[in-house]
Amino acid sequence: MTLEFRDILVRQGQFTLTADLTLPRGGRFAVIGPSGSGKSTLLSLIGGYLSPDRGRLIWDGQDLADQAPGQRPVSTLFQNHNLFPHLSVKRNVGLGLRPDLRLDRHQQQRVAEALQQVGLAGMEERRPAALSGGQQSRVALARVLLRARPLLLLDEPFSALGPALKSEMLSLLSRIADDTGATVLMVTHDPADARAFAPQTVLIENGQARPPRPTGPLLDDPPPGLRAYLG
Amino acid sequence: MAAGLPLSPGHAIAAALAALIGGTLAAVAWVAGGLSALSEWDMRALWFTLWQAALSATLSAVLAVPVARALARRQFPGRGLLVTLLGAPFILPVIVAIMGLIAVFGRNGALNEGLRALGLPEISIYGWQGVILAHVFFNLPLSVRLILQGWQAIPAERFRLAASLGFAPRDIARHLERPMLRAALPGVWLAVFLVCLTSFTVALALGGGPRATTVELAIYQAFRFDFDLGRAATLGLVQIGLCVGALMAARWIAIPASFGAGMDARGGPVAPGGWRRAADAAVIAAAAVFLLWPLAAVTALGLPRLTSLPAEVWDAAVRSVLMAVTSAGLALGACLALALAIARGRGRWIETAGMLPLIASPLVLGTGLFILLRGLVTPQQMALPVTVAINAAMALPFGLRALIPAARSLQADYGQLAASLDLRGWARLRYLTLPRLARPLGFAGGLAGALAMGDLGVITLFASDQPTLPLKLYQLMNSYRMEDAAAAAVLLMVLSFALFWLFDKGGRLDA
Repeated sequence: MTLEFRDILVRQGQFTLTADLTLPRGGRFAVIGPSGSGKSTLLSLIGGYLSPDRGRLIWDGQDLADQAPGQRPVSTLFQNHNLFPHLSVKRNVGLGLRPDLRLDRHQQQRVAEALQQVGLAGMEERRPAALSGGQQSRVALARVLLRARPLLLLDEPFSALGPALKSEMLSLLSRIADDTGATVLMVTHDPADARAFAPQTVLIENGQARPPRPTGPLLDDPPPGLRAYLG
Repeated sequence: MAAGLPLSPGHAIAAALAALIGGTLAAVAWVAGGLSALSEWDMRALWFTLWQAALSATLSAVLAVPVARALARRQFPGRGLLVTLLGAPFILPVIVAIMGLIAVFGRNGALNEGLRALGLPEISIYGWQGVILAHVFFNLPLSVRLILQGWQAIPAERFRLAASLGFAPRDIARHLERPMLRAALPGVWLAVFLVCLTSFTVALALGGGPRATTVELAIYQAFRFDFDLGRAATLGLVQIGLCVGALMAARWIAIPASFGAGMDARGGPVAPGGWRRAADAAVIAAAAVFLLWPLAAVTALGLPRLTSLPAEVWDAAVRSVLMAVTSAGLALGACLALALAIARGRGRWIETAGMLPLIASPLVLGTGLFILLRGLVTPQQMALPVTVAINAAMALPFGLRALIPAARSLQADYGQLAASLDLRGWARLRYLTLPRLARPLGFAGGLAGALAMGDLGVITLFASDQPTLPLKLYQLMNSYRMEDAAAAAVLLMVLSFALFWLFDKGGRLDA
């Protein structure tokens, strides 16, 4: 199973992004590029919030074009707004199993287990506002765990957390990705995160998403555009 | 968005609304004679409509400036309550306020009692001066709130800077306050002008005659007394022309939103001492008395009689409550569907459709619907359903104003998350839309309910054997049963505020 971008072109006003590359299953990829280069656009394309103007996006041999965002084999952690503030922790996680929240006893058990795995046992009835930033991230991760979709997209969801908390979340995320065997794409501004988490990196520059390359060598000897961005 | 049906409930509602308004306007235009059908009387109504609206708007805006300034720079116990009360006339039934004004300014009111005691000539509340008095009563508070928002929009840093430069009140006025007023006053003036342009109830109760008849009232007279449908329809076209013209002007002049903004007074202008302190106190007191005295007078007159009201008044009250709740429900459903469609960016025409009721006054719609339905049902049969439908339609622009921004931020903040979780249909409505929009929905429902409860407009065209409470109150006034009328007014006021409070509270239950 692979994720293939076949000759894709997205146009948004003056901005264009092209992508022609293949991501093998189970890999972890950092997505790096200057601000405004199209990192989030790439994720929106996979998530189904944008349709390509040209080309095809193929997962496991199937074109994703006809699938609505919620039906794609994808879980996304957005930069903000990963939880519904008016719903309890339990319900926010339960939505990952059934959007209508009609959970049977077994499913409720699974929600409780997922919360236990991310270290939030006993917080089921709280609202997100009553949790710390790190705990809120854990709730979102518990839902990712339950949904167990084969593709996991991270649009800098931990950027508001401090360094220690962020690396804690990344290692929790690593564990979840290992458990579910998911392919992970992580947008990041931080070369250290990319090195720590992603063996491969997709570089986006000049409106083009390049095929993945090993992260270490790429960051040790960056091409000029990336060098200017990294400073 | 990749997914989503091309047709949503929002589209259906927008199309139905466009058909309702467009269809009734077409019926009016079809039946209308040429402009030559208008008599000299009708031209006088047109002229009166324009100048009373202009004078009402000017008086309201000019008188509102000192009140708003005093409220902006003074802190006193009860200030918050007073500012909240300034919002009340919006949902106060017009006919109740008229009862109150008659109780104070009428022949047997306190004012004329005083004048008589001093041997001075009496004043009459009936005629153009009464129409203008009532319009200022309703629109002065609205104007004060709008201008107060302008004052509070001046950043506190500016006032601090002015204080550090040693500005006198005159300098503050010149450099800070007058530029704000120049920007805010045209919008305030136009907002009041628009409201007064379609004034019906006030003119019905206090005006009439050759010198105080509005176009809206002339439609009613042509329809009800002369039964001259052609002339009623022609006057309807004139009314539509007035509304469209005023709305065109509104495209150049921004009308500020009239409700919902925060009213806390942090960092307002420096409060000068001396005679200005006394003047501010006097201005605030005068405005409060002008606003509260009529309501207190009608309450004092009516409250003791409340329990001995005849059964037919209670019947009318029950009828009115049922109609208002139905109307509010219709308006809420339509508003929600329209606002969600607009927030998803589904075509500008939906937003335009939602604002269509602004170009058609209630009596024009009533006339049009009568023309369309007259072969099918009797006027008696259509009275209540038509009133419910028109009240729901008239509440849409207000409801949309409250809902569209909330629906937009809902879509922007949680649209992607909901889509990624496949949250659709009923589940999305129940777990996302309704909880997130509960507050503006409650507020919009309260507005729609209170406006429908207090409305005395289109119902006057049709029925008298199944009156609503406002119509019953008007009938009591006309038969000079003033104490019963005052008691009915108290009942109507309580029910209107209660409806608003219940809906609004319902939207905040979760908070």
